[in-house]
Amino acid sequence: MTKFFTSSIGQKFFMSITGLFLMLFLIVHLTINSLLLFGDGTLFNQAANFMSSNPVMKVIEPILALGFILHIIYAAYITLKNMKARPKGYKITTKTKASWASKNMFVLGTLIFIFLVIHLANFFWKVKFGTVETVMVEGKELHDVYALVAGLFKGWWWYDVIYIVGVIFLFLHLTHGFWSAFQTIGWDNEKWMPRLKVIGYIYSIIICGGFAFIPLYFLIKYAV
Amino acid sequence: MKIKLNIWKQANAKAKGRFEKYELDGVDTEMSFLEMLDSLNEKLIKEGKEPVTFEHDCHEAICGCCSLYINGHPHGPGKETATCQVHMRSFKDGETITVEPWRAKGFPVMKDLMVDRNAFDKIMSAGGFVSIDAGQAPDANSILVGKIDADKAFDAAACIGCGACVAACKNSSAMLFVAAKVSQLALLPQGKVEAKRRALNMVAKMDELGFGSCTNTGACEVECPKGIGIDFIAKLNREYLSASFSEAE
Ligand code: SF4
Ligand code: FES
Repeated sequence: MTKFFTSSIGQKFFMSITGLFLMLFLIVHLTINSLLLFGDGTLFNQAANFMSSNPVMKVIEPILALGFILHIIYAAYITLKNMKARPKGYKITTKTKASWASKNMFVLGTLIFIFLVIHLANFFWKVKFGTVETVMVEGKELHDVYALVAGLFKGWWWYDVIYIVGVIFLFLHLTHGFWSAFQTIGWDNEKWMPRLKVIGYIYSIIICGGFAFIPLYFLIKYAV
Repeated sequence: MKIKLNIWKQANAKAKGRFEKYELDGVDTEMSFLEMLDSLNEKLIKEGKEPVTFEHDCHEAICGCCSLYINGHPHGPGKETATCQVHMRSFKDGETITVEPWRAKGFPVMKDLMVDRNAFDKIMSAGGFVSIDAGQAPDANSILVGKIDADKAFDAAACIGCGACVAACKNSSAMLFVAAKVSQLALLPQGKVEAKRRALNMVAKMDELGFGSCTNTGACEVECPKGIGIDFIAKLNREYLSASFSEAE
């Protein structure tokens, strides 16, 4: 068992488990974000404040951070090791058909990481440590996260562009990541491989389509 | 037909190596790729030059030693073919064909196009066998094996250990090879007994010898001359994980 953590399959196992965990998180994240589309933002504010203040989330937050950190560290480590496995490359680079995303997961991951830093600085950090205006909802003082999000999406079109490009990188990452995670934990066979690929595409389209739709909605709604 | 060749030449394992250009006239379209290389070598010998070193043996896709990386494909063009089954009709008149050795840390180049594939033997010695004397072919129906398992084991057993999977993989991962060997034995009653230890030891050996880890690109199965699919890699992962979580050693 001690060897497991250093073995190639063991390391991939952690990539897979953390990846699956992060994919679950994306579902929760999008569900809450979708509240941005309804009403005047009260609903979203209530949900966002609930997420940032209830005790369960206080426990889940560091676990989530750990999920991200492990996923990133293992990825960097494995990628470096894999590069060393071919000290001298080919003159003619491979003509073998394999999806572009599958061959560039680390590049995509790095791009998503850059987006993540911008994203955290813009939202998470401000809510957690910055000064976000407050509003009174049903006698309670809540952070006006809605105003923060809507303000960015409406006022800064180039922010929407960054956001949507980030989501596209995420989409590509997920199209390979989803079924790949199942393959790595061995939950796959001849029959399930095409099924998991299809489910992965559906998942990626829903998640990324959803995330990309929200800034577009704000842009279009307030453009006129 | 007339072809131009761009072939990797390297005097020995330590030498630097470089690409050498050759031209060959009068190539018959019905010639096999290996025969074409033979005729190139004959010509070179007559001219008093060094022939090109490359490996081949069976010429019928069962020994796995004709390991050439041709125009960006291990084993050249064609689906489920080893280099020895590639014919010159797959190329155009006047085409430049680039031939390289397998590139992987686990397969160091020994000379020109010949690499040292001993690493695969070492992986096999780490567990790719059954320790008991299984004797002669057993009497019919004395050991029952389900049809699905029997077919799967047979598919896996088709692996000829050529290393094209490693050559095709961007991570030089040997997972497809190890997956085929582990699955073949794990699916049969004689091999099942040692399945856990086998999976653990063969994977440990594979890691130790410097092969990369699988990122599920699927490049290996496209180039495998025996059509071994990556569903076997999922099986290997399954075998390895369950062995890791249950084996006391
Ligand atoms: S799995 Fe296929 S490509 Fe890899 S060694 Fe076996 S026969 Fe060759
Ligand atoms: S020469 Fe034996 S497999 Fe090609």
